[in-house]
Amino acid sequence: MTMPTILQGCAHVYSRAHINTDEIIPARYLNVHEEAELAKHAMEDIDPDFLNKIQPGDFIVAGEDFGCGSSREHAIWALRGAGIKAVIASSYARIFFRNALNNGYLAIECPEAVAHIKNGARLELDLEGGVIHAPDSGETFTFVPLTDFAKTFLEAGGLLPYLVSRLKGGAA
Amino acid sequence: MPMTITEKILAAHAGLESVRPGEIVNAKLDLVVCHEVTTPPAVAMLKKLGITKVWDPTKILVTPDHFVPNKDIQSAELTKSLRQWREEQGIERYYELGNHGICHALAPEQGHVHPGMTIICGDSHTTTMGALGAFASGVGSTDLAAGLATGELWFRVPESIRFNLEGQPPRGVYSKDIILEIIRRIGVDGARYMAMEYRGSALPYLSMEARFTITNMAIEAGGKSGIFPVDAITEAYLAERTPEKGVRYESDVDAEYAAEFFIRVDQLEPMVALPGLPSNGTSIAQAGPVKMDQVYIGSCTNGRIEDLRIAASILKGNKVAKGTRTIVVPATTTVWKQAMREGLMDIFAESGCVISTPTCGACLGGHMGVLGSDETCLSTTNRNFTGRMGHPSSNVYLASPATAAATAIAGGLADPRDYLPEDCNFTTAEQQLWGV
Repeated sequence: MTMPTILQGCAHVYSRAHINTDEIIPARYLNVHEEAELAKHAMEDIDPDFLNKIQPGDFIVAGEDFGCGSSREHAIWALRGAGIKAVIASSYARIFFRNALNNGYLAIECPEAVAHIKNGARLELDLEGGVIHAPDSGETFTFVPLTDFAKTFLEAGGLLPYLVSRLKGGAA
Repeated sequence: MPMTITEKILAAHAGLESVRPGEIVNAKLDLVVCHEVTTPPAVAMLKKLGITKVWDPTKILVTPDHFVPNKDIQSAELTKSLRQWREEQGIERYYELGNHGICHALAPEQGHVHPGMTIICGDSHTTTMGALGAFASGVGSTDLAAGLATGELWFRVPESIRFNLEGQPPRGVYSKDIILEIIRRIGVDGARYMAMEYRGSALPYLSMEARFTITNMAIEAGGKSGIFPVDAITEAYLAERTPEKGVRYESDVDAEYAAEFFIRVDQLEPMVALPGLPSNGTSIAQAGPVKMDQVYIGSCTNGRIEDLRIAASILKGNKVAKGTRTIVVPATTTVWKQAMREGLMDIFAESGCVISTPTCGACLGGHMGVLGSDETCLSTTNRNFTGRMGHPSSNVYLASPATAAATAIAGGLADPRDYLPEDCNFTTAEQQLWGV
């Protein structure tokens, strides 16, 4: 699986720091793990109107330490299920970032973009070049492009498909 | 090259002579702990990929804990699939209802955690187990699946922060107050990606149970792990539970730390974290009066026998306030039985508390004490995020079991020093051992 290198969508800005996984997907919904079911409650405790605002392919733009708290990977699944293509945050909590990598899900770190991007702004993400472009304001922000380590997972579709292909390929 | 305990453990498990922070290593795992919320998705991933066998059923521990006894049909399906899977895989270390417990409390209590181990679990409070000198870190379901399939996992070697805990805790101050003070000082991301290592002259005053409370909340400062060095207290705890001694690592004197903090434990006061974030700590005196609809004593943070003894010593002969329902949740079945044998259950029941079976329960807003709109709860748990224990408009204050018990009697935030019996001196076996 190859990731498209240019993504387009709208920004939904939640600029507060420490948005935690209890807010992204409350524990009362953890009695299931199907992506479509979890998606119905994505971001519910931070913005009950979230699902009415977003279109498939959109982005969440958030402050520091996004995804802190519980290790629940359900947070990634809920966002992905809801159609959020990537999160752009000032920084990430460790487990959320790791879960994103392992799922081949995009968690982009770019504090400058978070400081400037307006809610509802159209964005173009160039993953290869490490550039976020906001065509309406003409602003451009750069982020550190994905490391080869991260790219390997993203291209394989996540950690497990990567491990399976490695096992099948017989590579060390 | 000088290394910290954490670096030494990771190097040994990656087959390397030395590692340095930032390096990504593939480490062998000694123990994988599984519960019913994050394991079934991992099992589903493995099935989808055609991986039918775990790498080593003897290195896996399984217990249902979050929503047990099953809170609804969906959670019943989760525990059912967990049960079937462990049977298929022949995993012997299985703790069914009646022997179960919150996994982070259960695994060490039952002697499955030894110094020098690498441990993962699909749960952020896995850091708890590091109190025994092990590397224990929470992961998501994909990492859990990878660990179950291969017995290995990639880790970025964390920088370590050194916390020097100094002095004897004053009356009314417990390890919960210490960790709330640490998180107040460094913030909920102050140790992001890092290992939190504890040293200092306060350690002889901290029983294993007290230490588990501190490492439990490493994640509340963003930490990857929390770790105590092995000492006589660790060894005594292990000797009661397992013939295994594990591998005892010590940080080199010239090991490098990302930061170092001194915590004057002897000058601390009872703490409370105000609603919103665990870093909202303040001394109980400064917090002011707040009426509580509920008090919750339990969880993987503070549901061990020492916690219940402290709470019971305060509640004995008293009644919980009208309008403050008080819920006691022992962390494991063994704690539950011990509390019964020691007469603590009588004290709780007579004072008007309700006693639950071990479960994560209302700590994460699951069941057995979920909060309604605008309700306020003082809890001995680890998180006070928006909606954590129920309705998004409910409020959670975090504090020690002593503060919780005092608050239950007062009906609102109370200083445990006003309620502790004069002769209350918890001479734990460990303190006797050290002659302090």
